[in-house]
Amino acid sequence: MNTTSTTATATSAATQAFRWSTGQKVVALAVAAYFVWMMANLGVSPERLAVGWEQGARFIGRMFPPELGKMDELAQGIKETLQIAVLATALGLLLSLPVGLMAARNLSPAPLRVAGRAFIAACRALHPVISAILFVKAVGFGPLAGILALVVATVGFVGKLFADAIEEISPKPIEAMRATGASFANVVLFGVLPQVASRFVGFATYQLDSNLRNSTMVGIVGAGGIGGALFAAFLRYEYSFVCTILATVIAIIVAGELIVNAVRKALHV
Amino acid sequence: MQTSGTSGALRIERLVKEYRAGTPVLRSIDLTIASTGLTSIIGPSGTGKSTLIRCINRLVTPTSGRILMRLAGEEVDMVQLHGRALRRARRHIGMVFQEYNLVERLTVMENLLTGRLGYLSAWRAWRRKFEPEDIAHAHQLLAVVGLSQFANQRADALSGGQRQRVGIARALMQQPSVLLADEPTSSLDPKTSVEIIQLLRDQGVQRNIPVMVNIHDVELARRYSDRIVGMTGGNVVYDGPPAGLTEEHLHTIYGGKAWLE
Repeated sequence: MNTTSTTATATSAATQAFRWSTGQKVVALAVAAYFVWMMANLGVSPERLAVGWEQGARFIGRMFPPELGKMDELAQGIKETLQIAVLATALGLLLSLPVGLMAARNLSPAPLRVAGRAFIAACRALHPVISAILFVKAVGFGPLAGILALVVATVGFVGKLFADAIEEISPKPIEAMRATGASFANVVLFGVLPQVASRFVGFATYQLDSNLRNSTMVGIVGAGGIGGALFAAFLRYEYSFVCTILATVIAIIVAGELIVNAVRKALHV
Repeated sequence: MQTSGTSGALRIERLVKEYRAGTPVLRSIDLTIASTGLTSIIGPSGTGKSTLIRCINRLVTPTSGRILMRLAGEEVDMVQLHGRALRRARRHIGMVFQEYNLVERLTVMENLLTGRLGYLSAWRAWRRKFEPEDIAHAHQLLAVVGLSQFANQRADALSGGQRQRVGIARALMQQPSVLLADEPTSSLDPKTSVEIIQLLRDQGVQRNIPVMVNIHDVELARRYSDRIVGMTGGNVVYDGPPAGLTEEHLHTIYGGKAWLE
């Protein structure tokens, strides 16, 4: 008797634990209604989906077979893209070192630190496409604009992470080196950099990967690289060439990631 | 380069340090340290022992007073020094820390060579270009502290006692005229603590330089010191040989009775 009633209570308690309250039901219904309303509002209807589906199929159909007759144009664009990525990463990393040191609270006096942090924030604020457009307007069409745009992106990203990493180092070895009479520069070289070197290599490889992807895109706004050829092919409805370019870009990004991972593994970061 | 440092007596006069105005941590300390021998400073936590040691090499800037030393044949008042002159003076003052303060990611050898950074231009430091005699000296010192086979190991692979030996060797790389140690044994086991204090004492005797040690272990201080300075509340309340340190003095220094029984 007693055990049966206990079981019954337990079962009803278990079902109750998962029952939706009236409030939750109302909220779920409201969310569902909002989604339906949004779809209608944006013209996303079953008919629209059907049209889109059909057009997508036609588009993909026109991409095949891939165009293989324009290898010169492709190679030229890819070469430029890789050069933009590598140059921008190298220059950006070189600039990130002093900027990061400047922006670190534990090494830099207040006015310098504020200037450094503000500079990093400005670099981070703009998406690479927007800064690429600005540089195209400023220095003209071509790879220089793309390099400058990606340098800005690199300083924004690596500079900030580098400054944060420096702020987290142990102050103890720094104190010991100051006690030996070492100059500020020597304290940085022997006390600060060894503590952040492996993280810096990590940021650098990540940024190289990121710049490889970004450098395929700055060409769309005229800042050099394969993006320009891609955009032109779209405008000329040469979807088969678009297919070749996209496949090449994907292959390069994957290869780049594999290489970067191998480097990271070799350097233990 | 290989000569032992100039033996320099140390005179502290009316030394005051206030981290916040009106609440002095050191209240007018007067101390004269002889040119040789191990001086232990004992006292409760927060009584200014660390501050006193750090005022000497100016890791802490005193509020007032004088710290007079003879470094490399020159009479200096550490309190008055700034910038380059301060860095030049610090080159002659070795310091050993409670938590060793090594660069974990550098090798033992590199950590030792940081003791010579005061003599190296940034350009040479960037290229890791140390004087050959400094490198030879570092190998010698590694043998002295018994770590020859660890020269190329990273500092974070060492035990606490081994790290502290590296810390001491780094300070000795400076060919110091004075050796300071801020609680060098507080992170170590009793046996290693004895070895570390012995090492500090022996090196002081061999080099004919004064050694000043902050220490919590009263028995250890009694066994190895030539002189004990007892501090409490920012004042020196005992100054004399270990034999003269009575329970009365310890009561004055640390307060309470129970721990003495």
